[in-house]
Amino acid sequence: MRYEAPTRLEEAVSLLAGQDGAHVLAGGTDLLVKLRSEMIEPEMVVDIKRIEGMRDIAAEEGGWRIGAAVSGAEMGEHAGLVADWPGVVEAAGLIGSTQVQGRATLAGNLCNASPAADSVPAMVAARARVRIAGPNGMRDMDVIDVPQGPGKTALERGEFIASVWLPARGERSSDAYLRFIPRTEMDIAVVGCGILLSLDEGDRVTTARVSLGAVGPKVMLVDDAAQAITGRVLDEAALSDLAEACSQAATPIDDKRGTIDFRKHVAGVLARRVAVIAAKRAKGETV
Amino acid sequence: MALDDTKKTREFKVVGTRPDRPDGIDKVTGRARFGADMVAPGMLTGRILRSPHAHARIVRIDASKAEALSGVKAVVTRADFGEVPEGVADVLDNCMAGEKALYDGHVVAAVAASSPAVARKALKLIEVEYEVLPHVTDVDEAIKPDAPVLHEGRQQETVPEGMSGNVIARSEFGHGDIEAGLAQADRVVERTYRTAATHQGYIEPHACLATMGPDGKADLWVCTQGHYMVRNTCAAILGMEQGQLRVTASEIGGGFGGKTVVFLEPVALMLAKKSGRPVKMVMSRSEVLRATGPTSSTSIDVKIGMTKDGKITAGFAELRYQGGAYPGSPVDMGAMSGFAPYDLENVKTVGWDVVTNRPKAAAYRAPGAPMAAFAIESAIDEAAKGFGLDPLDVRLMNGADEGTKASYGPTYPAIGLKATLEAAKSHPHWSAPLGENQGRGVACGFWFNFGGDTCVSLNITPDGTVTVSEGNPDIGGSRASMTMMAAEELGIPYDQVRTIIADTGSLGQNEVTDGSRVTFAVGLATIKAAEAAKKEMCRRAAMIWGIDEEAVEWEDGAARPAGPNAGKFPPMTLKEIAAIASNTGGPIAGHYEVNAEGAGVSFATHMVDVELDRDTGSTKILRYTVFQDAGKAVHPSYVEGQFQGGAVQGIGWALNEEYIYGEDGILQNAGFLDYRIPVASDLPMIDTVILEIPNPGHPYGVRGVGETSIVPPLAAIANAVSEAAGVRMTQLPMSPPRVLSAMQSKAEG
Amino acid sequence: MSQLHVTTRINGDETEFLCEAEDTLLDVLRDRLGLTGTKEGCGTGDCGACSVAVDGRLVCSCLMLGAEAEGRDIATIEGMATGDQLHPLQQKFIEMAALQCGICTPGILVAAQSLLERNPDPSEEEVRYWLAGNLCRCTGYDKIIRAVMETAADMRRAS
Repeated sequence: MRYEAPTRLEEAVSLLAGQDGAHVLAGGTDLLVKLRSEMIEPEMVVDIKRIEGMRDIAAEEGGWRIGAAVSGAEMGEHAGLVADWPGVVEAAGLIGSTQVQGRATLAGNLCNASPAADSVPAMVAARARVRIAGPNGMRDMDVIDVPQGPGKTALERGEFIASVWLPARGERSSDAYLRFIPRTEMDIAVVGCGILLSLDEGDRVTTARVSLGAVGPKVMLVDDAAQAITGRVLDEAALSDLAEACSQAATPIDDKRGTIDFRKHVAGVLARRVAVIAAKRAKGETV
Repeated sequence: MALDDTKKTREFKVVGTRPDRPDGIDKVTGRARFGADMVAPGMLTGRILRSPHAHARIVRIDASKAEALSGVKAVVTRADFGEVPEGVADVLDNCMAGEKALYDGHVVAAVAASSPAVARKALKLIEVEYEVLPHVTDVDEAIKPDAPVLHEGRQQETVPEGMSGNVIARSEFGHGDIEAGLAQADRVVERTYRTAATHQGYIEPHACLATMGPDGKADLWVCTQGHYMVRNTCAAILGMEQGQLRVTASEIGGGFGGKTVVFLEPVALMLAKKSGRPVKMVMSRSEVLRATGPTSSTSIDVKIGMTKDGKITAGFAELRYQGGAYPGSPVDMGAMSGFAPYDLENVKTVGWDVVTNRPKAAAYRAPGAPMAAFAIESAIDEAAKGFGLDPLDVRLMNGADEGTKASYGPTYPAIGLKATLEAAKSHPHWSAPLGENQGRGVACGFWFNFGGDTCVSLNITPDGTVTVSEGNPDIGGSRASMTMMAAEELGIPYDQVRTIIADTGSLGQNEVTDGSRVTFAVGLATIKAAEAAKKEMCRRAAMIWGIDEEAVEWEDGAARPAGPNAGKFPPMTLKEIAAIASNTGGPIAGHYEVNAEGAGVSFATHMVDVELDRDTGSTKILRYTVFQDAGKAVHPSYVEGQFQGGAVQGIGWALNEEYIYGEDGILQNAGFLDYRIPVASDLPMIDTVILEIPNPGHPYGVRGVGETSIVPPLAAIANAVSEAAGVRMTQLPMSPPRVLSAMQSKAEG
Repeated sequence: MSQLHVTTRINGDETEFLCEAEDTLLDVLRDRLGLTGTKEGCGTGDCGACSVAVDGRLVCSCLMLGAEAEGRDIATIEGMATGDQLHPLQQKFIEMAALQCGICTPGILVAAQSLLERNPDPSEEEVRYWLAGNLCRCTGYDKIIRAVMETAADMRRAS
């Protein structure tokens, strides 16, 4: 195996394009586990952390551009980002331990393409887009289009995610993310739910995006759930419809982490709880 | 051994205090050397090839390509081992499969190579042809007559004809007449309980470093709970004389019973023998989970008869424990211990030892007892609550006492069960209010505690300090305890004594660190060795003073004339006697060798509050209190640590930990990600109450404390969760999907 | 396979080593530099026994390549005490019996030090969540949590 740590984007692209079995190394918290267990035997790893901009969080068009090597811990320490996108930051903050937080990145969590990735439903709800560097230059893509199934992404040979962009949040809007795990920490999500809400002055939901993780082969955006609460105040009836829509939309499997029935049920439970938190935040309350 | 009255009122100076542990600085600075921390010149890396099948005949192994790889110095398969004595045949087969691979992860070959990378590559070059066989991993499935059978001809005569060959043995304990007892009951609770297999979960993977010369002399550095056991077992497997194999115990990074057997060691020695080089082997975490000692999964039927005022009229349990691929599950200990806290007229337990295609069960902290206690303490709780009775009162009413004939046979001397129950009843935890969705549970637990072969050598240095050599790896602070007991007995300060764990060349046979035996048995031997040294020092003083040996006594670290008639001499301190030892006959030492008896059983009562998330079935532990009899707590902080550690392992067992096998018989959660042991944020503080009912079999009254603490938590938590959920939980772990589904079934009626 | 030459700083000392590209920082520390105080409990970032600080940031050394250490500043358990002067956390862990077998102890001390550097007055819940990635199987965590909080209190009083 070769290890390369280029300092320029173009150099990274050309290394990745020029070598079969080349893998990108950012935080490494998934890559090294796979390497160690011999799930992968890369010819080369390309460490992108030394490329300019990869570790920056920068304001852009009212939102935030987050470099591909920014760790969860760094996101959590960025006051502006936390204020605008608490749901995305808390989702990233749930990945692994404090130690893993010191390394794990949004881009890596996305590219690992696990259906249970914590940050992905939150990014999908937030309308996040990624900027992809590749042999043909840069292109942008919605986060939801990146995962194509367990372990599969839409990235072409030679491409890698250079940054994630979170748009302007909007007035009386906010997001939240919760997951269910058997312990209080250190587990993979059994179900994850991210919601972005905007409220009018009467606390009626004007727009909503509801996203679920770990209940299908990839993250899902549940339009029925969003519609169930759009135009409504989040009262018991609305929350109940939201929960029902999420439970209905979920298409999970039975595995070592949970059963189909449990996951469908908990998808609804979480959606309710997440919507309440997001709504409070949209009203300016601290949650 | 009777405890005389003077000792009952003995005032301790060192015992009962909380000095710093002698291994503390090494462990907080990273200097302590654990199994994987040792190196040797010219050392090779050993690695193991494991079966990817749950059950398969090994048709052929071709290692020629691996052997041809540059850097490979030895490949070992079963063919390298000869016939071995029957007593270690299963051990060898578990360390290196013979005709069949019996579980996912079973060893089929091993290599020693110049680097980890070469060793990894070599494993891939070993060709193994398997004939895959049908498998069975569930205990109830394995018992069925048509189940795939692991072994032919292993069934014992105790098993009735017509049962599956996987049922190896039947045992029975108890007394009285169950049917008559049940007839007197106002209510009979009859249920089946199930528990999943769990792993000891020590954080240090197995590791060793072996060297062997062409002259047959060998050395082994190993993390183990018993290096004498390692020596004896490896010598038998390799056809060596025990005296030619010197084993040194490293610091041990947790064991909990899982390091009381060998896994890597015979293979490492064989690789060292073949390669002529030192070989180091370290398991990965997935190897630890796939192939080292989980405990049994179980299925247990219980019948409890109770009168409406709470008297237990009959207790019956039938216990089925699968112990993995070889005979010897801890079902007997489950069958003996489950009803041990109670004074019952009619009690009977039947145990079935069953084999399945899983790794061979190793001991896990009070092996066999927690599952039996889960079933029996749950049934007692249900019966008591059915009559609206206080579960502590019911246990006190039926509780065993001095003179009770135990369900497993013996009659108890002084025991502490009722003391723990009374302490629980008067503790503020018992009367604290509970909130919505909360439940409180209690349960009792028992453990036998062991003694066994033990040697201690205590030496007085020329400057009058003291060294103690013992043969039991220190797994919970025992070097501190031995140091304290030696200092106490000699009447000198704690910091004047240093205790080491000696290698197998330095002492006689020592039983492994198990059965909560060390503080009791090694402590006993330490005290006796100190007594021998004191006796010798008194003799030296008598010689100098020119008086009778009997006229000298030892007090406060010095020899003194035993009374006014003995003559007027100023006391001679240990240091003064040591300084002139060379002129009074030579070096001074004391030693003691014993098969220690009188370990003294131990009881505990645990109390726990839980809160349920009714929407997800998730359980949070809110409050936990352990009440346990320690006999005499030598170092109270370390006793508390044992109580807390056992309780938390029990919490993991109750709520989340389990071995999950797929339909294919492959372990699905061989890592700390999905084998979910408790993390710091899962838990509250664990409160402890130490009771001290002296053990008549130990000079200071010490009882083992390490294991009992894992016996009650499974049932205590199940009783609490059942109360909060409004439905009786009978299966572990009580994972959120299981609790949610139980509540939903109940709601649907 | 040609080895990589890496220059880094470990516990304040300029350090050079050769490693394979696949070697983790943990492999390098333990097998190439003899710094065996950092432990391997799982190799997958789930137990925290291999915790070290890299440029002041707590990480699992099993989840980082040795090659990534180039130009970084690494702190391990071996650098925690100053000469024969133990760090207050080390001292308190011994005094309060916050260790039993000791295999998780180096990782927990490194992690706890990293917490106290950021938050000199953590709540019990903050300590428990910060240390959730450090598995201990012996103690039930009780005495560990107490020792970290007591040390924090002592250090606040001393400063």
